[in-house]
Amino acid sequence: MSLKPLLRHAFLILAALLMGRSAAQHGTPDSTAHHPAVATTGAHDAASAQDHGAKEKFNAGKLIMDHIGDEHGWHLWGHTSLPLPVILYNSERGLSLFSSGRFDHGHRTYGGYALHEGQVVAVDAPDGTDAHHAPVNERLTAATVDLSITKNVATLLLVSALLLWVFISVARAYTRRAGQAPTGLQNLVEPIILFVRDDVAKSAIGHKHEKYLPYLLTAFFFIFFSNLLGLVPFFPGGANLTGNIAVTLVLALITFLIVTFSGNKHYWHHIFAMPGVPGWVLAILTPVEVLGMFLKPFVLMIRLFANITAGHIIALSFYSLIFVFGETSAGAGYGVAIGSWAFTVFMFMLELLVAFIQAYVFTFLSAMYIGAAVEEPHHH
Amino acid sequence: MPFLASLVDPPFGLIFWMTLTFVTVLFLLAKFAWKPILNGLKEREASIADALNEAKRAREEMASLNAKNEELMRQAREERELLLKEARDIRDREIAEAKGKAKAEADALLTRARADIQNEKNAALTEMKNQVAELSILVAERILREKLADTKAQQALVDKVMAEAQLRRS
Repeated sequence: MSLKPLLRHAFLILAALLMGRSAAQHGTPDSTAHHPAVATTGAHDAASAQDHGAKEKFNAGKLIMDHIGDEHGWHLWGHTSLPLPVILYNSERGLSLFSSGRFDHGHRTYGGYALHEGQVVAVDAPDGTDAHHAPVNERLTAATVDLSITKNVATLLLVSALLLWVFISVARAYTRRAGQAPTGLQNLVEPIILFVRDDVAKSAIGHKHEKYLPYLLTAFFFIFFSNLLGLVPFFPGGANLTGNIAVTLVLALITFLIVTFSGNKHYWHHIFAMPGVPGWVLAILTPVEVLGMFLKPFVLMIRLFANITAGHIIALSFYSLIFVFGETSAGAGYGVAIGSWAFTVFMFMLELLVAFIQAYVFTFLSAMYIGAAVEEPHHH
Repeated sequence: MPFLASLVDPPFGLIFWMTLTFVTVLFLLAKFAWKPILNGLKEREASIADALNEAKRAREEMASLNAKNEELMRQAREERELLLKEARDIRDREIAEAKGKAKAEADALLTRARADIQNEKNAALTEMKNQVAELSILVAERILREKLADTKAQQALVDKVMAEAQLRRS
């Protein structure tokens, strides 16, 4: 197992190198133009000219970042995207709701908005203007709230629907065939439910685990399903949901809130006044413990995000290698393809394992933190 | 690298949707899925534990029943043995009793026979004595008759007897 983190680090470095190179290739002149906040109309000509020139060349970094990032509209293949609703709000223009297809892959403006590098910006231009030339209204962009159903939000809704469908139908099986042996779907999820109940919740929290089981089970299956769906390379999979820091942030925040609100006297006593520690040490220890309170969920957030994102980057890096070599010569591309394919299959297997392990680790650590918060003093 | 920075910069929209959706899913699942599932599991586990306990108790009962049966059998055997022994004793005693009785009876018979024989013998002896006496008298009578057929002889005898009688008296 010690091989896995090593591999992961190695490929993270590789991915970083690829991205670094692509950023360098993109050149300094347009790096400013690509950031919507500092984009100016003048720079756009040069930027789009550069863009058209670079379009022919394969850019691994951009491909990977596009795939692990979020997007308005769901890219299916080639130039085909599934349009998704764009929901925007600011006090000046009120609520805007329209299909992401109106942006025409970021080439056109609509309703006073345009897409710049996947981000919605407010522009002062009529509908249908070339988005690259539209003047950006930076004040309004900063004031606009983007609540669009992006690819990740759509995946989030899909995972939620899947969770509800699977577990409510399983629950029905439990009430309909009470006391009988499990069948079908029930048979598939029951061992995992029992695993979460007995080996995660019961072992980490103890006899008070039942109160926290609904959260732990929901978190486990949400992460597990999202991870698995993220491994599916085509629609409706492939979104990097659990590799998005917003998602892991919310999950970690819920764990943090549960831990903080479940904390008993014993727990707070250990944080603010560790028993058996002299006063002057407490002056050091208490800030560390308080920091630890926030650090634990922070690490939960980073671990899940980094693991899943890294997995996506690795898989995509190997695919990109094929095209990077294919650009130099077709033969090299085909040659590399065999190795890349084999390695991607291997990585896919590893990621299947990681999908489970990360769901387990997140749930188990959450349970551990809850366990520490509700633990009763068993000494003195 | 702007896109690396964007990677760790959580977009507000997704935070909003994630919070809303996750909390909703959490509540829906807690109410409509986890509760019945966990209850069902707990009930099934309890019923399995019950069934196992029941089986164990039945097994124990069976064992105790067997032991009881064996005890009963043993008791019955013992009783039979006892009965047989008693019967044998009774038989032996009865035989001995019968034997004793028979012997006593035989003895009594024998005694009676012996007494009878003695009586008969005595009677016979008496009879014989009487008959001998009678016969003797008869013989003596005949002899006397023969001898004392004449008066002279009679007188002689009388004289003789008289003499003797006188002699004896004196």
